[in-house]
Amino acid sequence: MTVPTLSHLDALESEAVHVFREVAGEFERPVILFSGGKDSIVMLHLALKAFTPAPVPFSLLHVDTGHNFPEVLEYRDRTVARHSLRLHVASVQDHIDRGVLRERPDGTRNPLQTVPLTERIQAEKFDAVFGGGRRDEEKARAKERVFSLRDEFSQWDPRRQRPELWNLYNGRHAPGEHVRVFPLSNWTELDVWQYIAREGIELPEIYFAHHREVFRRAGMWLTAGEWGGPKDGETVEKRQVRYRTVGDMSCTGAVDSDATTLDAVITEIAASRLTERGATRADDKMSEAAMEDRKREGYF
Amino acid sequence: MSTSTSTVERPSATIDTLRFATAGSVDDGKSTLVGRLLHDSKSVLTDQMEAVERFSADRGQDAPDLALLTDGLRAEREQGITIDVAYRYFATARRRFILADTPGHVQYTRNMVTGASTAELAIVLVDARNGVVEQTLRHAAVAALLRVPHVVLSVNKMDLVGYEEKEFRRIVEDFARHADELGLPGFTSIPVSALAGDNVVERSARMDWYDGPALLEFLETVPVGVEAADAPARFPVQYVIRHGEVRHYAGQLVSGALRVGDRVTVHPSGETSEITGIDVLGEAAEAAYAPRSISVRLADQRDVSRGDMITTGAADTAPSLTRDVRAAVCHLAERPLRVGDRVLLRHTTRTVQAIVRELGGFPELTTNDLGRIVLRTAEPLALDDYAAVRRTGAFILVDPADGATLTAGMVELR
Repeated sequence: MTVPTLSHLDALESEAVHVFREVAGEFERPVILFSGGKDSIVMLHLALKAFTPAPVPFSLLHVDTGHNFPEVLEYRDRTVARHSLRLHVASVQDHIDRGVLRERPDGTRNPLQTVPLTERIQAEKFDAVFGGGRRDEEKARAKERVFSLRDEFSQWDPRRQRPELWNLYNGRHAPGEHVRVFPLSNWTELDVWQYIAREGIELPEIYFAHHREVFRRAGMWLTAGEWGGPKDGETVEKRQVRYRTVGDMSCTGAVDSDATTLDAVITEIAASRLTERGATRADDKMSEAAMEDRKREGYF
Repeated sequence: MSTSTSTVERPSATIDTLRFATAGSVDDGKSTLVGRLLHDSKSVLTDQMEAVERFSADRGQDAPDLALLTDGLRAEREQGITIDVAYRYFATARRRFILADTPGHVQYTRNMVTGASTAELAIVLVDARNGVVEQTLRHAAVAALLRVPHVVLSVNKMDLVGYEEKEFRRIVEDFARHADELGLPGFTSIPVSALAGDNVVERSARMDWYDGPALLEFLETVPVGVEAADAPARFPVQYVIRHGEVRHYAGQLVSGALRVGDRVTVHPSGETSEITGIDVLGEAAEAAYAPRSISVRLADQRDVSRGDMITTGAADTAPSLTRDVRAAVCHLAERPLRVGDRVLLRHTTRTVQAIVRELGGFPELTTNDLGRIVLRTAEPLALDDYAAVRRTGAFILVDPADGATLTAGMVELR
């Protein structure tokens, strides 16, 4: 007899659900990093499916840079309420106000997220932290495990990772250590979009083309704000743009687009000759090893 | 670098995926081959290529170094070596690919074992000038041990031996002589030059004596194994979802199929029951097939929990219930494994204590050693022969002191 072949999205979905259930079975205090971006939205959707008809046995953690897109915060709060989830918020602004962190001269807050994140993980004694990171995003991420052990400083050491064989994930850790878990490791940007379309998942509006006041810097359209733009020689103009990633507004660039529907977005991404991060992340361009360095410090 | 729109079609949602691994010795050009595969299949985007061009120019090279497409860590770029396994993703119109890029340099065997554990195909790379060396045989032995269904012997640097057929033939014959004794059922050989791009993505005009496919063509067309639906089902219970009075046993189906009405056995208790419901992530279904993640309900309210395994099939196809585990192993950790060691054994969703009883006559295994082992476990395990079902015949040993993954094991029932 013939076996129905599994579509690649079904295979990725089953594999990711397997990872969520492993964590639920092995850990005491797991949490899902939730930014309101498409990857974390897909993560939450998968977690909801993994435990249906029971509720998701994890809480959510958002690292709030203080420079978030209002549409995304609104989406976050609506989602939390709809699924009766518990949301933890670790705030970069609080750390700046308390003098623990200092604002960078360039106004970028993405690199400042590491301290609030790791402090909150320690304070709440989270032992498994789900991240939406994909290995296709960046070269340092290509080395990442599905279960990635972090020491009490949340540090990642690519030379000392546990080998990961078959689907036997080893989550053993000492008190104070935790495991970063990446259920979307084997997904690509296009997979994420195709899955969103198939499942009919709602996204924040910024992912679709809309008119917005932006200015040009380093080949990207940035939103004007008190964090450093526009400077002299940069002019604000109203353009039709959309975002490929959600991050801190100070360094997340928009792309010119007329894609107002999911299908149009998928067509646009399939034809794009720029990677997701290359097109939209100013901070990854700071150096060849920017992501690696930040991951070593505990960034997700 | 052109910024024109890609001519490579993107995959549809129904396309299949080939997971494969690469293995090679130091300096045989593996990073260049992988870089060439990504570059020539138009899987490298403009900003990635620009970064490679910039870095190559900074180092005074006059052509972009394709190896830089894969070597992503600071130390790798500085030292020109690959550290640890990396996973690469690319797609053509025919197929999606997940590549486990395993380094030949540092701790090669354990890295290849890691990459090969999920691979359906392994590329063993050989430098045409050096031919089959000890590392080649080691890589072939690992592919055979891990039961990777397809092996490609890729003879690289053909440009440095004048694209000569006799050089290629000599290496293939040499490799074939060893294949049998290594337990390799068969292999496909392809002559390539990763640096010049011969037979990687396009067939090369410089080797008209070769009439086989280019490497990518082969990767696109090699059959991906589909398990028979009449294979006995193996369903390790991962998690019990309680909803009111109802218990849903959640897990990923490793092999075969489960249907509503099936008589099942729960291991290790040996109790039997009947499937009364199947949910595929929220959708009720009459049947589900491997490798789907599902949940099932049983007719009787049994005490079934994480670590148990639900199976179907006649008694003679049942997994072997035993506390004495015989297996082929690869030792992964720097700390040696010794007879008498107490370890944790992780098999499917079950973790049990175990003692190392025998190490094939050796007093200890050290990093990268391949060997045979006998373990005694504190509780019985439902084991399959690794050759029959990879996922229920595989296990890892874990150090109870610090949680390090020590050893990869493949059960040998016969």
